[in-house]
Amino acid sequence: MSDSTPGDPNAPALPEAEGPAVGRDEWVARHDERLLDRGGRFGVYEQRLRGVPWWAWLTLFLAAASLLPVVESSGYVRRVGFDTVIFMLLALGLNVVVGWGGLLDLGYIAFFGIGAYAYAIFASDKFGYHVPTIVAVPAITAFGALIGLLVGLPSRRLSGDYLAIVTLFFLELFETVMLNGNQIFGHNITGGANGILRVDPFSFFGHQLAVQHGGIFAVSYYYVALVFFLVVFVALRFVNLSRIGRAWRSLREDPLAAEVMGMPINRLKLMAFATGAATAALTGTLATALSASVFPLNFSPTVLITIYAMVILGGSGSQAGVVLGAIIVNVLLQLLQNPDQARVLFYLLVVAGLIAAFRFTRQLAIVAVLTLAFGFVVHAIVSAWHPSWAVVTHAGFSGDLSHWVVIPERLAPWVGQVAYGVMIVGVLAVTQLRGWARIAAIPPTIYVSAFVWENVMIPNPGPTRYIVLGALLIVLMIARPNGLLGERRVEII
Amino acid sequence: MTPLLELEGVSLAFGGLQVVSDLDLHLDEGEIVSVIGPNGAGKTTLFNLITGIYRPDDGDITLDGESVVGLEPHQITARGIARTFQTLRLFLNMTVLDNVMAAAYGHTKAGYFRSMLRTPGMRREEREIKEMAERRLAFFGDRLMGYRWDQPAYSLSYANRRRLEIARATATNPRILLLDEPAAGMNPAETHEITELIGKLRTEGGYTILVIEHDMHVVEGISDRVVALDHGIKIAEGSFVEVATDPQVVAAYLGLGTAERK
Repeated sequence: MSDSTPGDPNAPALPEAEGPAVGRDEWVARHDERLLDRGGRFGVYEQRLRGVPWWAWLTLFLAAASLLPVVESSGYVRRVGFDTVIFMLLALGLNVVVGWGGLLDLGYIAFFGIGAYAYAIFASDKFGYHVPTIVAVPAITAFGALIGLLVGLPSRRLSGDYLAIVTLFFLELFETVMLNGNQIFGHNITGGANGILRVDPFSFFGHQLAVQHGGIFAVSYYYVALVFFLVVFVALRFVNLSRIGRAWRSLREDPLAAEVMGMPINRLKLMAFATGAATAALTGTLATALSASVFPLNFSPTVLITIYAMVILGGSGSQAGVVLGAIIVNVLLQLLQNPDQARVLFYLLVVAGLIAAFRFTRQLAIVAVLTLAFGFVVHAIVSAWHPSWAVVTHAGFSGDLSHWVVIPERLAPWVGQVAYGVMIVGVLAVTQLRGWARIAAIPPTIYVSAFVWENVMIPNPGPTRYIVLGALLIVLMIARPNGLLGERRVEII
Repeated sequence: MTPLLELEGVSLAFGGLQVVSDLDLHLDEGEIVSVIGPNGAGKTTLFNLITGIYRPDDGDITLDGESVVGLEPHQITARGIARTFQTLRLFLNMTVLDNVMAAAYGHTKAGYFRSMLRTPGMRREEREIKEMAERRLAFFGDRLMGYRWDQPAYSLSYANRRRLEIARATATNPRILLLDEPAAGMNPAETHEITELIGKLRTEGGYTILVIEHDMHVVEGISDRVVALDHGIKIAEGSFVEVATDPQVVAAYLGLGTAERK
């Protein structure tokens, strides 16, 4: 530094490019630059991708989604596609309540049910009402918002756990009323456990949308669902880009400060609550028009938890995130129902997990070789000892696998249970051990997991789906606590 | 002339603890009044009473002759009282600009459906809010001009967070600014800057200011009038010199013995 005194007019200006100056905010000003440095080669692309506006992503996504029935014309894929859009809509609605409003609403699925029942009552032979779709859908959406307001009104001062309990009871209340709705003061309104059948499909201007076309799922419902999705996505996006959206974010950050800065937090909470309820009710009409029936058990807490899993996995608060979460969870649950797909999925996840843990290093090669060798050795020993304990088949991927993993012809139940226990111990050991001990522990753990997967999980797809979903959520919450596309949030600094 | 803000006989107790008792205080248009007192004297409670976070057990608080007791905090803010917090309460995960824009909620109108349809009126209002927020931030000169306003508020330095809180408070378009220890945690240079800033808030911003401050240099530099509180009771009021030499104030700060020896 020169020996000029402060205030000397001839002193050179502070050097700008000499790195961060302590006590000045240039360090902060270079925040983005530093982020870019840290990102390395991918950082540049990440920054560019972030620059793409949301509507471009949405257009791209909708274009791809519209092509799905063209590329793959099986009725099954179309049906899964439709269900996925239903879940995307539900996740978008829940995102408003949980992600933007910060309210833990465990009664959310009841509003889905309210929309479904309202549509079934006003568009079926049950009471002989056949309200046109163009009237019924907006009216039921508004009705859902109204019920949302009524439920929210007494609970609007509640927050956190208390609100969760109140809304959970609302869901229970809804289910009980629907189940016993065949004898409300002697009138049969909801059909009780038998539900309401033969509900009208959607019809626009006298033109009915058939559910089936030539024996397979008609594609029209898929496109109607995509249109609903587009409208809901954009409408919610616009609300979030307004002063109301800013107020919701402020409310989530610090409710007291938001109130003192002039934002009526109770009214804002109600708005978020009612918006979620309206979205769920709207989705209810769509789902009921397709399935042509409605039953109380369609609105069980399991569905609620699945939607929460979607929102959390994708990133609560991010619209793109919850849509991605809905796709991942629903497609995953569908794939896991088919043993062959489930098998491929499992081994892909194992490989992806290993790559994520070790990157492409020498250790990865060591672990891979050890795992394969371990399997073949165990297989050789077992088949030499008792051939019927390691049956070899010759069909595709599962046939190749049967040379490696031991698949007994008949498995005593206790073997599966013991293997399950060993697998859990193995996974715990892998998370706790370090260095070479860990690398040594991985191959047997993978092998036992594969054994459990082939012999215990695949024969029982029902529980397996939810166990896998739970495991995935746990891993993700450790690796990315804010979900796949959720913004990193800072609590206190 | 009626004072802009007037507290008459305001009392508040938490259970058996009398936090504020029978407090009278007034604030005239364009004044800067400092509230001093030891920790626990009830200064922040006084702010919480004025902004409606607490409701007084007794007494009345009037703004421009109209009582504000019983109104919700956001209604009081809409009538023209804004505050900052001693323990900073920024919306940390929102951008710097969003923090200021959010505070415009009370005096903007675009409703739910207009926002959903993004009508021309709503977009115009949105532009106005943005311009207003940029003006509020520009008030702090190059201090808040130096870096990008789309960075999250948590990336700000401590002193800049205090400045941002003041900017956010002014975005509610208040007539009265309540500043709770604006110089806390600042170095001497920054403290000096804050002193000048408070003066500028009055002359250029036209705000009437009530400020809680522990730094006596700041209090001396800015105050038209000083009010000293102790145990929720007003023990002195007047110019800085009058209050600073008041035996009761000295006793409250330094203990009774010191005052007697003096």
